[in-house]
Parts: sequence; C-alpha cells; structure tokens
Amino acid sequence: MIEVRNLTKHYGDKRAVNNISFTVEDGEILGFLGPNGAGKSTTMNMLTGYISSSSGQALINGVDILEDPIKAKSYIGYLPELPPLYLDMTVKSYLNYIFDLKKCKLPRRAHLNEVMSLTKINDVQHRLIKNLSKGYKQRVGVAQALIGNPPVLILDEPTVGLDPKQILEIRTLIKKLGKNHTVILSSHILSEIQAVCDRIIIINHGVIAAHDTADNLSKNISTDHRIIARIEGPREEIVKALRNIEGIKYCRADMEREDGVYEYEMEADPGADIRRDLFDIVAEHHWPLLALRSAEMTLEDVFLKITMGEGIVIPNAEDDALAAESKKGGEN
Amino acid sequence: MGAIFRREFGAFFTSSIAYIFLGVFWLFSGYFFYAYCLYNGTTDMSGLFQNLFLICVFLIPILTMRLFSEEKKQKTEQGLLTAPVSLGSIVFGKYFAALMLYTIALLMPFVYALILSSFGVVEWGIVFANFLALFLLGGAFIAVGTLISSLTENQIAAAVVSFVMLMALYMVDVIGNLIDSTKKLTLLHIGGLKLVFKMEWITNFLSSISFYRKYYAITCGLFNVSTVVFYISVAVLFNYFTIRVFERRRWS
Repeated sequence: MIEVRNLTKHYGDKRAVNNISFTVEDGEILGFLGPNGAGKSTTMNMLTGYISSSSGQALINGVDILEDPIKAKSYIGYLPELPPLYLDMTVKSYLNYIFDLKKCKLPRRAHLNEVMSLTKINDVQHRLIKNLSKGYKQRVGVAQALIGNPPVLILDEPTVGLDPKQILEIRTLIKKLGKNHTVILSSHILSEIQAVCDRIIIINHGVIAAHDTADNLSKNISTDHRIIARIEGPREEIVKALRNIEGIKYCRADMEREDGVYEYEMEADPGADIRRDLFDIVAEHHWPLLALRSAEMTLEDVFLKITMGEGIVIPNAEDDALAAESKKGGEN
Repeated sequence: MGAIFRREFGAFFTSSIAYIFLGVFWLFSGYFFYAYCLYNGTTDMSGLFQNLFLICVFLIPILTMRLFSEEKKQKTEQGLLTAPVSLGSIVFGKYFAALMLYTIALLMPFVYALILSSFGVVEWGIVFANFLALFLLGGAFIAVGTLISSLTENQIAAAVVSFVMLMALYMVDVIGNLIDSTKKLTLLHIGGLKLVFKMEWITNFLSSISFYRKYYAITCGLFNVSTVVFYISVAVLFNYFTIRVFERRRWS
C-alpha cells in the first residue's frame, strides 16, 4: 500500500509538485496522467527515494521513504523514465547483478527465468544490452523492476517508444501484474491509462487536477455524447437548426472539408443520444449527411474540461470558425 | 556492496580501462625496474618506487574517471540510488573495485622483487614497506578521483580535474621548498605588541600535508605509523565527501 500526504517539491522558486495526497490500496493499479513536465516523474522520483520531498510524506507499506529508505526501497520495483541499463552487460548478467543488488533471497535461477519469461526476453538473454532494440531494452527495464518480486511496482511511462504490438504486450503484462502487486503507472496517453488502470490521477502543473476511478472519469470524459458530423449545406442555417436539438449543449462549425461541406462539432448532455434527432433534422432539410462519428477526446480536451470547467460554449458561427482555428493553433 | 563491487570490477575489463591501466602501469614500472635495478645491478628498489609515485598521479585519474560520471551520463545512477542499498555501500563498492584493480597492478613490481631475490639479497622489510606505502598512496588517490568523478558526467573532465588535483598534491612539496622558511613578516607593530608571521608556519603546514615527503621517507626505509594513518584518513575523508555529494544532490 502506498500513502502520500501533502507531498511537495520545490526546485528553487519553481514548484514542480505541489501538495499532492493520495493512497493506493494493495492490488490496485493507479494511473498518473498528465502532459510532459506536469510533475509525474518528479512525484515518482520522490516515491522511490531518488530525490527528497521539500515537505510532506510518502509511506510505502507503512514505511516512510525518507526515514527508512533502505527498507522502503526494498518494497519497490521501479522503472524510471529511462531504464537504468548498463549497455555493456548481457541481459542475463545485468539481471543477475540486479538480483544481487536487491539482496534477493528467492532461488536465483528459477526467479530469473520466471521474470525473463514474463517479460519475454528469454531469447535475448545472452545478448549485450546495447545491441537490443528499444522495445527489448524497455522490457529489460520492466524485468529489472520485477526482480525480487516487490509488492509495489512504479513504472514511469513503460510503453514509450514501443510499437503497437509491444505496447499491447506490456499492457497485458501490467494488468497481469496488477492482480498481485500494487502498481503506479504514468503516461501521457489517455487510452493507455484507461485500458489498464483502476483509478486515475490527472496531474497538471504539479497539482492533482482530477482523481477518480477510471469508470467515473471516463463517464465524465466519455466520447458517446460528443459527435462530429459532416453535413453538406448552408453553414449558418445548419448550426441554427442543430442548436434546437433537445439536450444539445453546444454546436459549432469546424473547417470546410469539401466544397460547401462543413464539419460540425456538437456536444449533448451526458447520457443524451442526439444522433436520431440529428438525422431527422438533416433529412427534413435535405442536407446530405456525409459522415458521422463520435469525437475522440484528446488529452488537451480532457484538461480543458477538467481544469477550465464545462462551459466552452461559443455563441455564433463566425466566432466558432475563429475559435476552431485558435484552438488548433493552441494544440500545436 | 558486493554486487556493486563485482559489476564495477567487471566493467573495468569490458570498458578496456583495465587493460590500458595495467598495460601502461606495467610498461613504466618495467622500464624503471630496468633503469634503476637491472642497469645498476642493485637490489635497492627505492628508485623504482619513487618514480611510481608520479605514474600513479598520471594513471589513477584514468582508473577513477568513469566510476560515477558514466552512471550519471547513462542515467543508471537512478537505478543505483533507488535500490535498497545505502549510499555508503554504493561509494565503497566502487572505491574497492578500483582499489582491487590497482592492487593487481602492484603485483608486477612484486614479481620484480622476486626476480631480484634470485640474483642477490633483497631487503624484504623495506620492499614490503614500499608496497604498503604505494598501496596506501593509491588508496588515497583513488578516493580523491572517486569524489571528482561524482561531480561531473563527463569522463574527460573527471580525468583532467583529478589529474590536476593529484598533481597539486604532488606539487605541494615543490612549493614548500620554494618558500624561504627562515623569513619572518612583521604584520603589526603597536607599542610593545608585535605580531609576527613566520614563513616557517606555511612550510611546516605544507610539509605535513605533503603526500610525497611521507612516501619518499618510506622508500628510503623510514617507516612511520603516522604516515599510514595519514593516507587512510585521506581515503576515508574523500569517500565520505563523495557520500555527502549524493546526499546533497538528493536533498537539493
């Protein structure tokens, strides 16, 4: 179990992490979500004792990381942002070294084989780490965290730089590990966190912007009631008509995709399904509906929603186009 | 500590530093053995050992340059510092690995002593005192190099700064000899009160911290326990500084 109380880290005047508190129960997978530089890695570095906190407390299985660092660290398997690999060692000798470093008491051969087969690095065990591909290096990094079977696993962006197949494999592995380990995982990819974690903490500018279970959070940021339609016809009339749909919160015209065809972005109240009403309206006016899809929430959208509240309603179409442009600019 | 020691010792050989260090050390010690002992036909090895001091000044920075700087550069330091080991065992694990390699290098002059003993009478007491002095000197120098390696992530910078530091420790004696120790400076003269600064104080201080003077005395056969204590204290002190460097970095 991990308990974090009012953890704060200053770098000079800059506050990298500000007053963060949360707990992670045994057997739970917690996701840290946030853009680069939000304070995810700093928090993890404090939890693992790599850097000290300016104030606040972090307890690993009830042991304060600053008061009894050696005992607290022995509970943790840590994969930093850059896996701490010695490039001039073979995979097997490296894992042997980690086994000794962690003063592991488990039967050596059986344990190393188990870890290597879990992370699927059996076939490269006699190769030098510097000759491995990025995906394999990352897996060796996960393997070193698993050595000694620590009850707590802290993984900093474990899937960064992997190809889609490897990402899926690592995710499956983390889910599997989550059954009998306490896991903290960080990422800046929303879908990844959603796929793996029980609970999510969104960090922005060093503070917790949201903290909820994956289910609740995804209900909030669910994509069901947010749709994008591509409709041919007069733009302003269409926007006006669409705004009359019951339960709609806002509607705006986006870019002109084809000649006389605009994309319209709309959002309804949570739970409301406006697709049928939308169809009725465009059919009534003979505006051909060329495409209809649910909007994908980007991390930026989630942040906007969580940090700035819900009301991003833009009054008329001229402003809408401008706003859409500026929003695009802001994303880049 | 054992794991770190073993890995570090192995890394000396995979990074080829061990071969360069041993090769160059043995090359020079071989040359001095020839020049002082074989050419002169003597079993007195003090000339060889006096010259090995300077060889240590040149070679020990190469031995210690990558101990911590490489960890920092490759980001493997994070793995070490989050492992359930104390800072002391990290620093001493690495220190002893370098000391071990240095001790292996010292085996060759010992072989020379054995060779000499088959041709003449070797004063084993003096030879062993020489070995002890050379070993302790290396122990102190390696601790200095280890500290400097922990301050940078650039191996070359670590090597150059360590070299300058060790050279300065060597030069302390030279500087001491340049100062006229009989000179007195009157700093203040008010009434009957006279404040005098004796240059003797500086030369005394410099000679008491001089690495070379103590070493030289042993090569001449004057064994002094205070010398042993001095070298060991320097080694312990600098390793302690290295531990403090990591502690400070964690808390900054």
